[in-house]
Amino acid sequence: MASGLHDSTIQNPVIRWIDQRLPVFTMMQKEYGSFPTPRNFNYLWNFGALALINLVIMIVTGIFLAMNYTAHTSMAFDSVERIMRDVNYGWLIRYVHMNGASMFFIVVMVHIWRNLYYGSYKAPRELLWIFGVVIFLLMMATAFMGYVLPWGQMSFWGATVITNLFSAIPLVGDSIVTLLWGGFSVDNPTLNRFFSLHYLLPFVIAGVVFLHVATLHITGSNNPLGIEPKGPQDTLPFHPYYTAKDSVGIIAYFIVFAVLVFFTPNYLGHTDNYIPANPLVTPAHIVPEWYFLPFYAILRAVPDKLGGVLLMFGAIAVLFVLPWLDRSPVRSMRFRPIAKWALMLWGINFFVLMWAGAMPAEGIYVTIARLSTAYYFAYFLVILPLLAKIERPLPLPESISHAVLRGGGRLHGAAATAKPMEKA
Amino acid sequence: MADTLAPTSSPDMGDPHGPEQGTKRDFLKLVTGSFAAVGVGAIAWPFIASMNPAKDVLALASTDVTLDHIAEGQAVTVMWRGKPVFVRHRTAQEIQEAKAVPLGELRDPAPDQERVQREPWLVVVGVCTHLGCVPLGQKTTDPRGDFGGWFCPCHGSHYDTAGRIRRGPAPTNLAVPEYEFRSDTQIRIG
Repeated sequence: MASGLHDSTIQNPVIRWIDQRLPVFTMMQKEYGSFPTPRNFNYLWNFGALALINLVIMIVTGIFLAMNYTAHTSMAFDSVERIMRDVNYGWLIRYVHMNGASMFFIVVMVHIWRNLYYGSYKAPRELLWIFGVVIFLLMMATAFMGYVLPWGQMSFWGATVITNLFSAIPLVGDSIVTLLWGGFSVDNPTLNRFFSLHYLLPFVIAGVVFLHVATLHITGSNNPLGIEPKGPQDTLPFHPYYTAKDSVGIIAYFIVFAVLVFFTPNYLGHTDNYIPANPLVTPAHIVPEWYFLPFYAILRAVPDKLGGVLLMFGAIAVLFVLPWLDRSPVRSMRFRPIAKWALMLWGINFFVLMWAGAMPAEGIYVTIARLSTAYYFAYFLVILPLLAKIERPLPLPESISHAVLRGGGRLHGAAATAKPMEKA
Repeated sequence: MADTLAPTSSPDMGDPHGPEQGTKRDFLKLVTGSFAAVGVGAIAWPFIASMNPAKDVLALASTDVTLDHIAEGQAVTVMWRGKPVFVRHRTAQEIQEAKAVPLGELRDPAPDQERVQREPWLVVVGVCTHLGCVPLGQKTTDPRGDFGGWFCPCHGSHYDTAGRIRRGPAPTNLAVPEYEFRSDTQIRIG
């Protein structure tokens, strides 16, 4: 690469001076201005941008909460109540952070669902997908440790149950749990390290998000048809088309967020977490936060300690190898008549697992959880590999523009209408 | 301005390509930008406000001091809003000294009666107005500087028996906090 100043096209002399030395403005223009984006996105393509905004909201509210939080077993609960009662707008910042966690999981789950439905995880976007699964794992770890910080009953017993999962590991399990706790039970050292890590991990997530987005900008986005753009007639510049479309989604997202925060701030939480932690009494009905329920159901579905733990982690691990399990060359479920319904069933099954995870671990609920667990894995390990061989996909359209523009969209005709804003 | 979407037929919009004419798109950009700015401000407000003193901090913003155990010539230091406050029971001689000083000699001129509510009782914030150290002079054995009040060991500011700056780098007198006599033997600071 030649050294010397970057050949900037920016007119403003100050910005140009910076851009010649650090071409961030050229980069932003290339990646977020003129970046060619498939012209047929639907609103499911909002959720990546929404997730990024959600991460920023969590980091900002978290930094301000940390200014008033005390990570000590004797003061943590009271410091959170002080935030709620005494700190100016503390109630607002905490409720945004608390419900922001739920919103983050809703947004990311829809984002993952879009991937599953439109086959975005397939070549050449396997690494992009893997970074996404890493983010999802980091989010779960961060959310779990954040839930421990208020040091309520659910915090304490959630921490106890989840850390005890590691005791299922043969031979070294107990030593690992002692290491995680920094003692012989969940106690002050545990709370201290959870606070430290809860503050750290979001920045790790931000780093992986950067890799996720960088990978995306190498391959370009998938789209509802699951076919690659063949030329400029199939794409639009990211700005203003998708900045505008994302803005519409962001406003809808803020409305849902605001309804949660201002009208039902504790709807997704558990009342027992407003009881200070008591190491001598376990709550009668202990459940994790809603976003962990499907995985919790899988854990409880297995009548063996190690087996349950393995299967629960396996439910995420299987996602890492999904690009190599689904060998069908057709990405979008629109053109896969059988796989489409198998995936729909998988989606419903996910909610069944969520429901089963919230029910007591007895009687009919266990049976349902077992059947659901079986289908969760069967979809990935049996149905998708099998369908890749036997399913006959519908014919794919010639091109994106051919499918979405009325009257065809031949190359020369489409090019004229493709970018009316190009010279704006 | 390649505004293919602007309503060129609208009479008051004129020619969208004209150099001075605002287009519908310009208007929309302005409105959108304004709303976004208001939104950002509305979001920033609670975060900035949360860094101001919380209600429990404000609740501790007053301090009551009982005076009857402070003999003439003695001083006590009380904590008020995280800072020391000097409450000094001045002797008749100290009061006399404070009143005798010509105002023209003072760097931050203030007559003694403006510094006190009742003559024997001087109440000042015990923070040097130079760079925030706590001056010496609360004990009779402390160095009190050349004017019998307080002496700041950090950079050598001398205060007199009315807490006024007399020599050294400090720019202003020791601050007099808001306080009131609740009775003859009790004051409330703040």
